[in-house]
Amino acid sequence: MIKFERFVLDNGLRVIVHEDHSTPMAVVNVMYDVGSKDENPEKTGFAHLFEHLMFGGSINIPDFETPLQIAGGENNAYTSNDLTNYYIQLPADNLETALWLESDRMLSLAFDKKSLEVQKKVVCEEFKEHYINKPYGDVWFKLREMVFKQHPYRWMTIGKELSHIEDAKLEDVKAFFKKHYSPINAILVVAGNVKAAEVMLQVEKYFGDIPSGTKYVRNIPPEPEQQEARVLEVRADVPLDALYKVWKMPSRRDNGYYIADLVTEILGGGASSRLYQKLVKEQRLFSNIDCYHFGSVEEGMFTIEGKLVKGVDMKDAEAAVNSILEELTEKGITENELAKVKNKTEAVLAFEDMNILTRANNIAFYELLGDAGLFNREKDKYFAVTAEDISSFCRNIFREKNSNTLYYYSNNKN
Amino acid sequence: MTIDRKIPPRIKLPVEFELRLPECRSFSLSNGVQVYALDMGSEDVLMLNWVFYAGNHFEKQNTIAPAVNYLLKNGTSTRTAYQIEESVDFYGAYLNRACYNETAELVLHTLSRHVGELLPVVADILTDAVFPEEEIKIYAQNAIQKLKIGLQKSDFVAGRIIDAKLFGKEHPYGKYSNIEDYEAIARPQLLSFYNQYYKNGHCVIFVAGKLPPDLEEQLEKHFGGLPLKPHTTVAIPEKKIQPATEKVEHIMNDPNGVQASIRIGRNFPNRHHPDFIPMLVLNNVLGGFFGSRLMANIREEKGYTYGIYSYLLNHIQESGLMISTEAGRDVMNATIEEVFKELERLQNELIDKEELDITRNYMIGSILGDLDGPFQVIGRWKNLILNGLTEEFFYKSLETIKTIKAEELKKIAEKYFVKDDFYQLTVI
Repeated sequence: MIKFERFVLDNGLRVIVHEDHSTPMAVVNVMYDVGSKDENPEKTGFAHLFEHLMFGGSINIPDFETPLQIAGGENNAYTSNDLTNYYIQLPADNLETALWLESDRMLSLAFDKKSLEVQKKVVCEEFKEHYINKPYGDVWFKLREMVFKQHPYRWMTIGKELSHIEDAKLEDVKAFFKKHYSPINAILVVAGNVKAAEVMLQVEKYFGDIPSGTKYVRNIPPEPEQQEARVLEVRADVPLDALYKVWKMPSRRDNGYYIADLVTEILGGGASSRLYQKLVKEQRLFSNIDCYHFGSVEEGMFTIEGKLVKGVDMKDAEAAVNSILEELTEKGITENELAKVKNKTEAVLAFEDMNILTRANNIAFYELLGDAGLFNREKDKYFAVTAEDISSFCRNIFREKNSNTLYYYSNNKN
Repeated sequence: MTIDRKIPPRIKLPVEFELRLPECRSFSLSNGVQVYALDMGSEDVLMLNWVFYAGNHFEKQNTIAPAVNYLLKNGTSTRTAYQIEESVDFYGAYLNRACYNETAELVLHTLSRHVGELLPVVADILTDAVFPEEEIKIYAQNAIQKLKIGLQKSDFVAGRIIDAKLFGKEHPYGKYSNIEDYEAIARPQLLSFYNQYYKNGHCVIFVAGKLPPDLEEQLEKHFGGLPLKPHTTVAIPEKKIQPATEKVEHIMNDPNGVQASIRIGRNFPNRHHPDFIPMLVLNNVLGGFFGSRLMANIREEKGYTYGIYSYLLNHIQESGLMISTEAGRDVMNATIEEVFKELERLQNELIDKEELDITRNYMIGSILGDLDGPFQVIGRWKNLILNGLTEEFFYKSLETIKTIKAEELKKIAEKYFVKDDFYQLTVI
């Protein structure tokens, strides 16, 4: 159970302060309610490119990094399909430096042309490093397009293709900033060795006079319900055949999310999980197999992926996966197994909570979902899941017509 | 309330902070095995780390040390691999293992209240691992498949080759696993290595987090009677370092590759050498963080790469200085040229006061942040102890970061940043 105070500035900025006097550090976390799902389909990758530009100097502070480094701070940021998050960790004595830096770039960027040109190149190298110059690097481009036909989850956060990034213009950058980067569309969390009353005054001082901006109203086309099993075959210069199966799963806001999370643990969480024990150890069909999801805010992707042992037939490997899913669906799980995955979840939450950076980040995310108080209710939500919930989840999710399968074949046959 | 946003708020410079490395308690079990314990943190969690002198330094056949380490928990005479996994997983705990050059370890992360249920499992693993044939086959097969994927990645290939160049393929720091090595793994060698280096090996234990009051008794009960020896009596045979004679190499691993993995590195003395701590500071200026020269020039000015870093290798016998980046294929040579320009500039020009002040404060701030949390703190203690150092090294590092002069850093650069001393490897 953690404590925090929440208040809203007149300009609409939501502020949450979490005191923790056991650390000498403070964290300032700013989450903007914009992700790659808010992009124009012809200009994908923009939210992430924009994140890079947030470090290229703001209206009053030409250099973001130097004042922070001299204050002993570190920072970074990330963009997902759902959101963009910026965080700074620094000695608590220097909290004001972080508020000064974050508020100025919320007020306005410098919109430097050189910064745009350089960061376009940097992001293209990032794209190459992670998705082109890597075996299986193109898998998620293909899978997303297979799973989502309308919804903008159909493209990757890095962008659909290099040209979308290369074509970005300064006026796009300005328009994007105006639309999404304003107090009304942001959440500020301050955590660590701070006092809430003092933080409130400082936040008011630095963020209070920033114009509110216009509330961004998301208008995303809903994904039509999938009516047929989807299958794609790919051949590539990779050493091993790989199998990917994806089913649509409930949103992070839905109670079904917690069930899905436990099911990924039952199937793929560690060496005692069902897929690993049966398919890697007993039947030796896969050299590794994983089950995971992305925790996405809207209807997302429940995934099983594995690399086949050389010589194993793809259809046999798939049939073995399916039979494990059928067994789980029909026979359900034992109370012991349910207790195990709940214990694991409890431990994971406890380890996550050790770190104020993760705590600040999670508080912001729950506020983005609608209520920071969810932070303290997570464990109960997991513990409320019953064996029957799991069976009915499996019946509903692992349907043939909800499935998307990618057979990724190796060209190399030796 | 109007504020002048151009003026930075007043700060307390991190160099003015008095940093303390939280004290760590130490006691011995009756077999002499030393335990370092740090009771710290508010969450009900702990980490226990059994470190053995069982790294690849001690193997007579390639890849035996990591294979033993990996297969430790894959079966004892009374528990199958599955039962071991199940008993750990049931409590939401994680039992990981890792194999390094000199040492190899088991690491347990658990909610503190479950530690009593888990220690008997670990004791079983450390006294009665049986290395079932079937488990060995699965391990070798899957390790080979993983290696095949790795070998398609330029960064993986570059990492192997550059280590071999600096230390020689016969040295533990330079050797790497091949497919034949995995194929040659056999049970008798695993058992013999296990008997010598784990069951009857030299061990030291580190534990941190919220510690149960009876932890000492529990550790004594499960590990104090085992035939383990203290780490203080271990003899690590010195192995000869044989750097390659050819300094420059280019490997075409994938003709369609769009990026080059660039590694530029040289040998460098270990932590006991007086130049080590000054090099920590100099390395930070060069490529140790986002504000460093390599990052500022090659990423933020030129856009040749997503990231470029330099770092000191974490070795006990001898370290190395490494510069590492993945850069666009077309700008590969331009990137290398810029790296050497930066190395040369540090030899020829003094670092100005402002830049050095930024580096000092950034480094201290980063250490302060890193001391926040029991696992990080015990990690620092472990590093000191395994390198034969005391907390004096920690305080001396702080002092050097705060006070070293630009002239001294220039001398270090002149001594170590000589172009011809560097190995230069590119893999596409």
